[in-house]
Amino acid sequence: MNLTLKIWRQKNANDKGGLVDYKVSDVSPDMSFLEMLDVLNEDLINKDEEPVAFDHDCREGICGMCSLYINGEAHGPDRGITTCQLHMRMFKDGDTIYIEPFRAAAFPVIKDLIVDRTSMDRIQHAGGFISVNTSGNTIDANAIPINKHDADTAFDSATCIGCGACVASCKNSSAMLFVSAKVSQFALLPQGKIEATDRVLNMVKQMDEEGFGNCTNTGACEVECPKGISLENIARMNREYLKASLKG
Amino acid sequence: MALDSKIPKGPIADKWTNYKNHINLVNPANKRNIDVIVVGTGLAGGSAAATLAELGYNVKAFCFQDSPRRAHSIAAQGGINAAKNYQGDGDSTYRLFYDTVKGGDYRSREANVYRLAEVSANIIDQCVAQGVPFAREYGGLLDNRSFGGVLVSRTFYAAGQTGQQLLLGAYSAMNRQIGRGKIKMYNRHEMLDVVVVNGKARGIITRNLITGEIERHSAHAVVLGTGGYGNVFFLSTNAMGSNVTAAWKAHKRGAYFANPCYTQIHPTCIPVSGDHQSKLTLMSESLRNDGRIWVPKHMKDVEAIRNRTLMPKDLKEEDRDYYLERRYPAFGNLVPRDVASRAAKERCDAGFGVNATGEAVFLDFASAIQRYGKEQATVRHLDVNDADLVKKLGQEVVKNKYGNLFQMYEKIVDQDPYNTPMMIYPAVHYTMGGIWVDYNLMTTVPGLYCIGEANFSDHGANRLGASALMQGLADGYFVLPYTIGDYLADDIRTGKIPTDSKEFDEAEKNVRDQINHLINNKGTHSVDHFHKKLGKIMWNKVGMARNVQGLTEAIQEIKELRAEFWKDVKVPGTNDEYNDELAKAGRVADYLELGELFAKDALHREESCGGHFREDAVELDGEQKGEAKRDDEHFAYVAAWEYKGEPSDAVLHKEELEFKDIELKQRSYK
Repeated sequence: MNLTLKIWRQKNANDKGGLVDYKVSDVSPDMSFLEMLDVLNEDLINKDEEPVAFDHDCREGICGMCSLYINGEAHGPDRGITTCQLHMRMFKDGDTIYIEPFRAAAFPVIKDLIVDRTSMDRIQHAGGFISVNTSGNTIDANAIPINKHDADTAFDSATCIGCGACVASCKNSSAMLFVSAKVSQFALLPQGKIEATDRVLNMVKQMDEEGFGNCTNTGACEVECPKGISLENIARMNREYLKASLKG
Repeated sequence: MALDSKIPKGPIADKWTNYKNHINLVNPANKRNIDVIVVGTGLAGGSAAATLAELGYNVKAFCFQDSPRRAHSIAAQGGINAAKNYQGDGDSTYRLFYDTVKGGDYRSREANVYRLAEVSANIIDQCVAQGVPFAREYGGLLDNRSFGGVLVSRTFYAAGQTGQQLLLGAYSAMNRQIGRGKIKMYNRHEMLDVVVVNGKARGIITRNLITGEIERHSAHAVVLGTGGYGNVFFLSTNAMGSNVTAAWKAHKRGAYFANPCYTQIHPTCIPVSGDHQSKLTLMSESLRNDGRIWVPKHMKDVEAIRNRTLMPKDLKEEDRDYYLERRYPAFGNLVPRDVASRAAKERCDAGFGVNATGEAVFLDFASAIQRYGKEQATVRHLDVNDADLVKKLGQEVVKNKYGNLFQMYEKIVDQDPYNTPMMIYPAVHYTMGGIWVDYNLMTTVPGLYCIGEANFSDHGANRLGASALMQGLADGYFVLPYTIGDYLADDIRTGKIPTDSKEFDEAEKNVRDQINHLINNKGTHSVDHFHKKLGKIMWNKVGMARNVQGLTEAIQEIKELRAEFWKDVKVPGTNDEYNDELAKAGRVADYLELGELFAKDALHREESCGGHFREDAVELDGEQKGEAKRDDEHFAYVAAWEYKGEPSDAVLHKEELEFKDIELKQRSYK
């Protein structure tokens, strides 16, 4: 198939940036979206033009590096997948496709479609861990039995890949789904209870400092999340936050 | 230089304990004056960085991704082995040790493997304490499953995302130390050289991938946890950015490169669909617990399936060839990866491949769905003879176990694996070879350590499933933090390492020269053009089956391709900006050297062992006819190559392998 691409090009963080039109032809429906961009880039290099910069790494939907905003949706039109898992069979011959970076005040553009998401790392530095040193002398793993339902729910929260689609999809650029996934994982496990108060307070504080917006319960984050992280996590984090605030 | 593996004396079960009791320690106050660089933040690098920082060292950690959480360990699916014997099925440290040495086709170092098995149980305890949500049984205890090449269930898992959960555990441990200021994290930085001062590794040169800035970083020791080099084949299950550059630069600075030809071709990957393909996707080995592998028995059925006049699920049982169950009745579909891959190639080479390219076999869940469905119907007191109900119940069980993998398959191939068998084919997955290290995980450059997949030590010529995660975390959490202390104990009076020495000047110039050359070359072909060509040579001549003629040709072709690359590569843009093509060019330049050494190593090893299969070394008769033939008399050694300017000039050093605790014998899975 033949497609028209309207791609956000921005030289660096200080550049204003804008959409540029490109044509790609002979696109196979079996190609992944990023393979289609590979073909475009090969073409641009051969024409002595600068290739489009975009983030990607594992190309199997787990590393969380790819981050394209396609036709107004984080990770494009398909559900439950990352950009690298999107295949061209989702599009039709003659389509025009808009490709932009994930946009948020806390995600400054580095170049073209690449944004800086270290703000998400900094929230994790503030409390996304259980303070246990490596020693070889921690108690036996089976000395902490955990109800299967809780373990499975904690796992579901823990499958967040930190891509930032929730932030990009939210009209307020809120990171509540991302933060609540980590808070929930530990809130559901006995190991996480000991530091629960400080964790939620510190992570939320850092989230606010990074310039992420507030949550107004629109639920767009859950719809666009490639890993199906549920809004229940946000509700759980709000409970944890309230509990911690009353205590602290 | 003669290789000294520094294996401690004494009985194998006591070596590690005795070793730990007698090494030098660094007191907590002195640790604050010692800097350690860790390159790579996967399971090995991430766990090492966190643990070293917990101990009190000042750690600088580097990764090329935008966050340490994205290292490719994240993509490991199936699980992690540990000799916990929670299932009471006869597992023990010795048995895990034995299985790993046997699975590695007797080409790994006994003492290292025993230590690995010994600390394996600690890993599970540590990860659970960190909040890693492993799969559990209804009673609340940890669940296990079985993997290829073993007869016990010792694999701990978190659905099909075990690597992700373990890496996020290590990442969380790192985050705690980053928050405390004990780890200084450098994201989007690529290591481009090691700096050796007075014979010791004292720093690295990096390029900031956003600004292009070349930076000097010094430390008292340097640790590489930079993963494998499977991308030398262009197509592999590795991430796009996975590369050999850090390891290769270390090699050029004096670190010997061991057994480069030991590569794991994983049997269950999604087949190649076309020339546009950028990477291959693994379907976890755990699927072989329940999936049965087959091709049709008769050519007419193969053709009918290829041109879609016959649906695979409609082919009668008696017309199917479950070739693994036929050839290896004892292990069946759970033979080790190298054996399963070669068996698939054998059937496809004989013309029985089931897709248009002729390079695919079926992995079928129909009988597992039946089995689970009947079990569920019985448990719930429903009608076991209701075919639709049984199928539905069975599909639910399979979905619970492998849902994310089935979804991944469906998105890529556009077929529903619940209703038609998956098509799979072997693909490059893991590299057992790597930088040579001694028992301390130190390379032949003093102060330069290598951990995880980047080193060579634990998996011999073939790695068993769920052992990569075990090794990465064992090295980083439980081994390196001890062994590096013994070395650093001599550095408590050294003080900060200056970065204005002539050695840093020389290394930085070296890096800048290469970058300038690449940018100014202005050739006619892109980096990918050369990488794809290299990949084709490697896959066709240095792939699953190797012979003298092919390897000799490969060496020559890679040499020519390398010359052409340097003459004709085209790298757009400049060096002082984000420039992915420039980063790729540097990586491919190193692959073009490694590829040749890889083929040279494969040519010199005139035996078949593990992932290295030589067509001129097979059993000619008896029960094992057609199986790989190892030659212990001549090749029971580690081939460690010393860099001498060109890959073809590399000098071979042999570390003879001694098997005192396990009898050397032919692997049989029949």
